[in-house]
Amino acid sequence: MTSTLVLGAVAYDAKVVPIWDGFQRWFASQGLDFDYVLYSNYERQVEQHFAGAFHVAWNSPLAWVQAQRTAARLRRSARAVAMRDTDRDLTSLIVVRADSPIRSVADLRGRTLGCGAGDSPQATLIPLEHLARAGLAPERDFNVRRFDVLVGKHGDHVGGERDAARALMQGEVDAACMIDGNHLVFSNEGLLARGTTRVLAQTDKYDHCNFTVLDGAPQALIERFCKLLFSMSYDDASVRPLMDMEGLKRWCEGRTSGYAQLESACDRFRYLDSFLERMKVA
Amino acid sequence: MSATRARASLDLGGLGFDSGAHVLVKRALARLEPGAQLELRGDAAELGIHAAAWARAEGHSIELAPADADFVACITPGAAHGARWRGVERAGAGAGPEHVVEQPSQRWGLAARGAAVEAGAPAFDFALASKAELWADDLGALYAQALSAQWDPATAIPWGAPQEHSDELEDALVTVLTYLIENETAALIVPARFAASVHPHFREVQQLLAIQAADEARHIEVFTRRATLRRSQLGLSTAGGQASLKTLVDEPDFALASLLLSVLGEGSFVNLLWFLHEHAPDECSRAIMKLTAQDEARHVAFGVAHLARQAREDRSLAPRMAAAIERRHDALRGTAGLNAEVFDALIVLAARGFEPQAIAAGHQAVVELLRQMHAGRRNRLRLLGFEPERAEALSALHTRNFM
Ligand SMILES: [Fe+2]
Ligand SMILES: [Fe+2]
Repeated sequence: MTSTLVLGAVAYDAKVVPIWDGFQRWFASQGLDFDYVLYSNYERQVEQHFAGAFHVAWNSPLAWVQAQRTAARLRRSARAVAMRDTDRDLTSLIVVRADSPIRSVADLRGRTLGCGAGDSPQATLIPLEHLARAGLAPERDFNVRRFDVLVGKHGDHVGGERDAARALMQGEVDAACMIDGNHLVFSNEGLLARGTTRVLAQTDKYDHCNFTVLDGAPQALIERFCKLLFSMSYDDASVRPLMDMEGLKRWCEGRTSGYAQLESACDRFRYLDSFLERMKVA
Repeated sequence: MSATRARASLDLGGLGFDSGAHVLVKRALARLEPGAQLELRGDAAELGIHAAAWARAEGHSIELAPADADFVACITPGAAHGARWRGVERAGAGAGPEHVVEQPSQRWGLAARGAAVEAGAPAFDFALASKAELWADDLGALYAQALSAQWDPATAIPWGAPQEHSDELEDALVTVLTYLIENETAALIVPARFAASVHPHFREVQQLLAIQAADEARHIEVFTRRATLRRSQLGLSTAGGQASLKTLVDEPDFALASLLLSVLGEGSFVNLLWFLHEHAPDECSRAIMKLTAQDEARHVAFGVAHLARQAREDRSLAPRMAAAIERRHDALRGTAGLNAEVFDALIVLAARGFEPQAIAAGHQAVVELLRQMHAGRRNRLRLLGFEPERAEALSALHTRNFM
């Protein structure tokens, strides 16, 4: 019986190493033997999760959907056990220049939309789903220009959204997609100078990353892992720097109600077909 | 959201979160009664969207108001609100910025004395972290004095004053200046290095050491500028002189380095600089010697003050100081000490010429200088608590290089 809990995570940035090293030290101080493996892309991580290489995946929302669909086809099961408070109830925005003649979503016809990486839920898939529900199909009713920074990272790296915002201000695209929080960040940075942009559309709320486990994971270890996560308090100076690095104030129970828009997008654009083929479950 | 909770209201007017609205929102949240909520009003573009993004990142919950409401959103403060202030520790025991403690925590780190230090700050590793080994009375006054006595070489020194002395006297002066420059360099390195090891809680000590290093930087500049006023090349740097200075630069103990550098070395230099003030052949050099001698007197005063205080509190310091003087003497036993060129140049400068009688007078002046240096060292060692005979003997062991 294993006594070490192993986590899989994607190295979307160099800071990932000090973050999980910090968690490793803290878990050790709490009596939990914890280790982690890093992947360069979520597809490899999901594949290796099913191959039994580790117990818990720190999954992007798209990786969650990939894991959950794969599990369903294999008659296995995937669970979201925990998530950050900051990953709940996000929205994405479609932003135009303040002086743009585009006044409604319908005005995007014939125009060019700047998106993030092709696999970014927040800056590509969910905004495209939002427009599709309004009757606008990508590449039929409007052009899509992707700003692909680090494909395989599912948009975790903010670079794609930043490039799209920059292209919007330079007139290279007519509208750009980004998370609501990044619109605020870019505004404060001056990339989107105050008063120079207008929000054309806002998606419904959705959730972001979660810790995913598959059936057959060592139950006692997973329970201990979750219990320790939920015990982390921002009041505790010994874990506050760790929580600051990971960008949260509180760990929440996992929930899967916030992924419906992304699942619709995957279905509508047949986005998962090639992945499910790779997993030999298509 | 319960209708019975108390609600405060904040009107942001046209101010958005892209223009600093968070400052007013944080202020209002800090003033909320426990359990109360905050209604936001305002008409900035995207106010609701940005408020929601900001609140999420801060760990607050937020509910956007329906379109017909007279407010935009309602914030319920999260549990993390104000966490950084819980468990803070005052750097200075809560008695205000003037209160200096005996042993400041390494976790206070770089925080201003009197600041509230967030729990979980990293521990620093300042080697000099106890009041007993650093402190002197009237540090504030010493620092204020040092500040008000700063001078600008460009305006304080008559660089263009007439030069009427002979080339041979100029050669003697350049020989002495060359020696002074390397001594000033040692006097810069030593306080600069210890300044970086002093716990910032002892801010006045750090300030004094920093300004002392700055004084020495200026001394190096003016001596160099004067030496090259008429000559394109400097004089001789001797192995014996550098050997003496290296024992200073290598001394790892702050108290012992202060003793050797400030109390004994810079103390002797004050005599030397006043001697040169009296005997230098030109007005420019005389002005330089006066200003540098005044600076050096302050460096000596700080060294004596903090070592005298420490010696009173720590009985083991006196024997350690004596041992350091003896150790250095033994280490330098095989070296020449003051280089012969410098010694002779001092005689020539005091003689102001080469007639036998003048040389005799110059020689007599240098002998008197050595006597004054010895007497000064002996008096300062007495201030540190040494008995008269012990002070006399230890002073005699001081390096023949003066510094
Ligand atoms: Fe000096
Ligand atoms: Fe000095």
